[in-house]
Amino acid sequence: MLKECSLNSVCDKMEITFKVFRFNAETDYLPYYQDFTLEVSEDEVVLDILNRIKWDFDGSFSYRRSCRHGICGSCAIKVNSKAVLACKERVIDLYKIFGSNMTIEPQSKSRVVKDMIIDKKDFWSKYDSVKPYLVSEIDENPATEHLVSPEQYEELHEADTCIQCGCCYYSCPAVEVNENYTGPAALAKAYRFNFDPRDDAKHERLDIVNKLGSGIWDCVKCFECAEACPKGVDPIHKITALHTQTFKEGKAKSNVATRHAVFFKTSINQHGLLDEGLLVAYSEGLGVVKHIPEAISMLKKGKIVMPWNMPKSKNLAEVKKLVKISSTAKF
Amino acid sequence: MSKIKYAIYTGCTPRESTPELLMSTLAVCKKLDIEVVLLDEATCCGASHLQDFDEFLSLVLNARNICYAERLGLDLITLCNTCQLNTAFTKERLDNDSELKAKVNEKLAEVGLEYKGTSKVKHFVYALKDDVGYDVIKEKVEKPLSQFNVASFYGCHNIRPSKLQNISNKTENPYKPTSLDDLVVALGGKAVEYQRKNSCCGFHVDLQAPETAHKLTGNILLDAIDNNADCVITPCPLCHLNMDVKQSHVSKTMGRDVSIPVLHMQQLLGLALGIDPKELGIDKNVTKVTMV
Repeated sequence: MLKECSLNSVCDKMEITFKVFRFNAETDYLPYYQDFTLEVSEDEVVLDILNRIKWDFDGSFSYRRSCRHGICGSCAIKVNSKAVLACKERVIDLYKIFGSNMTIEPQSKSRVVKDMIIDKKDFWSKYDSVKPYLVSEIDENPATEHLVSPEQYEELHEADTCIQCGCCYYSCPAVEVNENYTGPAALAKAYRFNFDPRDDAKHERLDIVNKLGSGIWDCVKCFECAEACPKGVDPIHKITALHTQTFKEGKAKSNVATRHAVFFKTSINQHGLLDEGLLVAYSEGLGVVKHIPEAISMLKKGKIVMPWNMPKSKNLAEVKKLVKISSTAKF
Repeated sequence: MSKIKYAIYTGCTPRESTPELLMSTLAVCKKLDIEVVLLDEATCCGASHLQDFDEFLSLVLNARNICYAERLGLDLITLCNTCQLNTAFTKERLDNDSELKAKVNEKLAEVGLEYKGTSKVKHFVYALKDDVGYDVIKEKVEKPLSQFNVASFYGCHNIRPSKLQNISNKTENPYKPTSLDDLVVALGGKAVEYQRKNSCCGFHVDLQAPETAHKLTGNILLDAIDNNADCVITPCPLCHLNMDVKQSHVSKTMGRDVSIPVLHMQQLLGLALGIDPKELGIDKNVTKVTMV
């Protein structure tokens, strides 16, 4: 007899209800959901479920798939809003998180062509925008190899394993509300070449990714991309590295975002803690006026500390000394 | 059981723009008989912004903060998701990279400190859940929240990246977090199911991309409102600033009224434990807390 799954036990089968998103942009006015209750075994991945729905129930059900080995990146979808690579994600692992009801949806409902198939145009155009290739003066008849040492390769921190599935991009809340934001996949790719010792376009790429409104400063730091990536690329850490590289290479322009980052050091050196009021004033410059209504409402509630009452960390001399001897960046 | 004692790392916000968070935390600890030492020596964690400028400096400063908890022989408890992220991240880096730890300790030695790695770093929510226990808290409830639908908002830096956060929060899943909802139920309230409980409020781009921040905050508040929430609670003062203070801006951006009381998790807990609202700083919330 088959052993039924419970959330904590080893098992042979689970009964799961899949609520599946259906929409054909050519013929449907609105999307709808179809329910399929299936017995699922422990070794099945989400792609097996998509196949079973198509083969056993409805041949018109559409989704992308190709390699089924987690390397082509085409079968990325969402289950209960979690980005998954359908061929890699075991149903039982999702069952352990969500239980027996799973909603299967495309990566982005607003970009659907048919069912799970979305138009990834925006993803690819942003990808293209960061010069996602090696730029190097190559000697056509080199006398020696252009070697990259294992240590130099380590510096890429898996950035080269990206399969362009879009899991991070379509999980990114900044992408959701700001159509100009370059997004985690393309920024991780910019990192991949900017930390390649053979590449000559570091500065050009920093100029591209450093623009306010579309680049690294528009990352909301939510770590959705790190969580979503099925290949361990960890895009947000690559974005952070691009931030620090921007300062290191002297490419950071003085603007609200760079002043904001730098002011933390200034304030810690002065008080240990962050002077929140001065942070806004220093970062915004004249733009600070737009914060006045908010500041008044906070002041009324005792939420603004006056400069003369600014709290300070104990043993501040120690902090000042550490700032002095441990600083590694300049602006 | 011996008395629970913590080194509390307040970070900046509870000492400046969210004084009610410090008040309510201290009031709740007193009521639950938790002994507290405030780490007055600690500095700002860098809030993930200093890290964009000077990562090594941020590691040294965060390691220094942890040193002071280690000196007391206590676990370091954070009150802010972003403090949790940066402190836990520093600890994880130093505990797993002896070369980096040596470099950081070389700096700390100049001021007579040494990072050892002996104190755990965890957020107050998980201290309540795993050390005190919700069953114990449930027994101490004086005013059950039976009339209220509470939307728990988790924020980012307490649940993601899960690989880091699971060191201290054990089983919390970033795609289906439950710690706050379980607390609400323990307090006798109804936990509101809504999709955006684990999404981002956009706080970290408030200055450079206010529209992004307003839309993200707006989406959360409207999702909570549309699912009949009477109030929202959060474990993070930065999320609280966005969701409580900015409601008029957010309403304008969204084209819909997003008014709803937003409480620090400690404030709601305090109310259920029968603590005087004044002691919890309820009057300091910008959006009036109508339920009190």
